[in-house]
Amino acid sequence: MLSDFVSVLLFFVIGLIFLAFTLFLSRLIQSKGKMGRDKYIPYECGELPEGQAWIRFNIRFYVLALIFIIFDVEIVFLLPWAVVFKKLGTFAYVEGLIFIAILVVGLAYVWIKGDLEWVKSDDLDAMKS
Amino acid sequence: MESIAQLLQKIPKYDGLPEMLQALIPIIVSSIVIFALLALAVLFMVWLERKVSAHIQDRLGPMVVGGWHGWAQTIADALKLLLKEDIVPESVDRVLFKMAPFIVFLGAFAAFVVLPFGASSFVTDLNIGILYIVAVSSLSVIGIIMAGWASNNKYSLYGSMRAAAQVISYEIPAAVAIMTVVIYVGSLSMVEIVRAQEGGFLNWFLFRNPFLFLAFIVYFIASLAEVNRTPFDLPEAESELVAGYHTEYSGMRFAFFFLAEYANMFLVSSVAATLFLGGWTAPFSILQFIPGPVVFFVKALVLIFIQMWMRWSLPRLRVDQLMYINWKVLLPISFALILGAGWMAIL
Repeated sequence: MLSDFVSVLLFFVIGLIFLAFTLFLSRLIQSKGKMGRDKYIPYECGELPEGQAWIRFNIRFYVLALIFIIFDVEIVFLLPWAVVFKKLGTFAYVEGLIFIAILVVGLAYVWIKGDLEWVKSDDLDAMKS
Repeated sequence: MESIAQLLQKIPKYDGLPEMLQALIPIIVSSIVIFALLALAVLFMVWLERKVSAHIQDRLGPMVVGGWHGWAQTIADALKLLLKEDIVPESVDRVLFKMAPFIVFLGAFAAFVVLPFGASSFVTDLNIGILYIVAVSSLSVIGIIMAGWASNNKYSLYGSMRAAAQVISYEIPAAVAIMTVVIYVGSLSMVEIVRAQEGGFLNWFLFRNPFLFLAFIVYFIASLAEVNRTPFDLPEAESELVAGYHTEYSGMRFAFFFLAEYANMFLVSSVAATLFLGGWTAPFSILQFIPGPVVFFVKALVLIFIQMWMRWSLPRLRVDQLMYINWKVLLPISFALILGAGWMAIL
């Protein structure tokens, strides 16, 4: 018998074929407008774009992304715990409690440090000065 | 899936085919069926959204194309998009730009492989079903960042960065809310989750205990953010970012983003219906004659309608409020919920 994941792979492939086919169909029948340079410049509300968009960019949520990874790993660890929860009963509950408590301490730490804020306090200082 | 396999058995000489093909063909056929259903559902949802928003604003919405309440409007729109020129701006990163819609769409579409539409209508029942959905549906973030960065457009860049921050943040409360249900079922399989809720609406996890009811609300809010719907539609906030990460896209590639957005809406609604509203099971025993898929679609559509209703009721959040709600409200609540739900489970 085939593994269940063969059907997942096939599903992916069929999706891909559908997309490629639609694009191909569209290419066959689509209207080609007049060539002109203006059509191919990036949209910036009708103005000529100022410089590139490929700049060094303050992505703001760098620390948030790190915290996200920690909690996402935590979810991966907790899922097996949730699956066997009923079999293990109180033991699993206490274990989960300790595990979550440690994470909550971490969350409280970043919260107090102000890393969960979108506008950081030193940004505000910079804005004032 | 099984019914499709049985139908195929009736084709003459089907038994004569190699075993490999006999195993593969039902999968292929059911995938195509789900694909067609999804495309139909999206066409319907776009029409519904326009109608619902029109009526909420005391307008009529599309009324002309196709006659009855403009039912053919979205079909006409899809055809129009098919005929549009596929513009690739000169300064984009061509490879990433062309690949991004594929990834966004596949991320949304691939999750449908495990959705149980009915007692036997699903492509496959993975034993890690819900984990697979959580994993695959976050693939589309990669596509969104690709689209935003490759476009070389400032609006796209802003939109995609916001989308990335938002989608990864809200994944955590959503996944923890899902886990509360897993505690009660003891399995990650979508079919098992529905089986655990059989026998009337009082057995639905929504009504089992207050913790699960709150978990449903947390999941619903987080899923709104994951699919970038109002009040969390900052990534494509029309009034400030034009169209967010798909500003530079046109024609069919734009249509794929659109399709993915509605497919995602349908996906989160059906996941919520499966986890908390009993999936294909009927709410009352008198209604059991209704086929499972119909019940499933009705439940999903009700949730989709609530999403559309929200869109015209709530204003858009600011980005710092968005992060506040996730990290300082939903996350602590979801941890409290999982501990509460676990406590109720061992009582």
